[in-house]
Amino acid sequence: MSKKLVGLSVLTITIAWAVAAVIINSSILPTPWKTIHSFIIDLPQGLGWHILVSGWRILVSMAIATAIGVPLGLWLGQNRRWDRFAYPFIYTTYPIPKIALLPVIILFLGIGDSSKIFLISLILFFQVLVIVRDASRNIPSEYVLSLRSLGANKAQILKYVYMPACLPAVLTSLRLNVAIAIAVLYLAESFATNSGLGYYVMDTWQQLAYSRMYAGVLAMSLIGSLAFISLAYLEGRLCRWTQAGKQKQMA
Amino acid sequence: MIGVERLNFAYKKGSPIFTNFDWAITPGDRWSIIGPSGCGKSTLLYLLAGLYFPLSGKINLNGYQKPGCRVSSGLILQDYGLLPWATALDNVSLGLRIQGLDKRKVLEIAQKWLSELGIDGVASHYPAELSGGQRQRVAIARTLCLEPRLLLMDEPFASLDALTREDMQNLILDLWKRLSSTMVLVTHNIEEAVFWGQKIMILNHPPNTAPIIMENPESGSLSYRHAADFVSRCKQLRELVEQKGWNGKSSYADSEEIKHE
Repeated sequence: MSKKLVGLSVLTITIAWAVAAVIINSSILPTPWKTIHSFIIDLPQGLGWHILVSGWRILVSMAIATAIGVPLGLWLGQNRRWDRFAYPFIYTTYPIPKIALLPVIILFLGIGDSSKIFLISLILFFQVLVIVRDASRNIPSEYVLSLRSLGANKAQILKYVYMPACLPAVLTSLRLNVAIAIAVLYLAESFATNSGLGYYVMDTWQQLAYSRMYAGVLAMSLIGSLAFISLAYLEGRLCRWTQAGKQKQMA
Repeated sequence: MIGVERLNFAYKKGSPIFTNFDWAITPGDRWSIIGPSGCGKSTLLYLLAGLYFPLSGKINLNGYQKPGCRVSSGLILQDYGLLPWATALDNVSLGLRIQGLDKRKVLEIAQKWLSELGIDGVASHYPAELSGGQRQRVAIARTLCLEPRLLLMDEPFASLDALTREDMQNLILDLWKRLSSTMVLVTHNIEEAVFWGQKIMILNHPPNTAPIIMENPESGSLSYRHAADFVSRCKQLRELVEQKGWNGKSSYADSEEIKHE
């Protein structure tokens, strides 16, 4: 995707926002420059801290979901017997809206970081688990056979076949679900807590400080965009081969 | 001596593929194996490569026997078995890295084989960016890096066009002359079997007990493809194949090519 087009879309959204703000002419929709002004003023006065807290929660949740989801998905994908036993549990628990468990999770884990991280990890974990399990089931057997014929042991087959084969699926899954993770974080942070961007947005909303509230929304969007762009960058760097095939087909 | 003695093999819940099957290969020989689909051609290669285990019987590789994989044998698969996420260089060096050689040595050997097979120009390309012939060369280089005593090829040229296939057959023949290793080629193609094999093993619908072996001593030069002997040997092999009643039962695609001649 061209950087120019991304810049153009950001510019278009900002202009549309500015036009709407000027037309509506109300404090409930401040202009982009007023929002950016509030963002800059508030950054050293608490907003920066809330960004760090929310960013940290997202990052740790993604790491936990990947660290548990990837090995478990690989294992289930390769062990049909265990998969037959475990998959019905995944099948029945996967569609449950985990956000509904927030009050229960808070009862067990309290209102600190752990309840938020647990909830987001749980949501991302299921996405990663299902996608890695499917990807690992679909790895052509000739890759494993050819590696075994070169003398590879199980650990080497994991390193050279299963891990790289599943990497694009993991990164795509995280990239596509980062928006869900931030939405869940917003809800979790707006409930019985005093840190994070969800809290900041709700707090400023209750104070009727709308331009600061929008600065909080802008900060959440920036975290989402940063995570999305970083994952897309990683995907581009680590999974160049997926593009190589497409480019040849187009040529 | 390389080969199998009183080999018995069947897949789980399947009927036997080999029953007391004997086969002896003199080191340095070139073999073709031909037979209908499902006759056990590939299974025999996988048994020799140590990827499958016999129910009973012995597999000899110059006295070198150990359970699991034998790196003294190299296997080249029909669909190349190249890892799509690794460049040509990484694919070629894979076996060496698995064997735990140090990085400099790995690079040196891999680059030597890449240039030997004329694919050093595409070392940084991924398999998806390579042509069928180039992919097959990468697969061959990857296997030859390990200097196998026995090179096993499972329909390696099946998905290549006619000209590239001839080119690859010539390349393999040239390598055989230079490396003097034992090479076994499984094929569906009568002409390929005759061009390649000093000896041609004909397998039948399983269970196989005693293979039919056709001697083909004239093979071994590029000009053989255009010799009168070659045509008559193809005809002879084709008659043998038809006698066995494979037509209609097997996916014997290449038999059509012979009919048109």
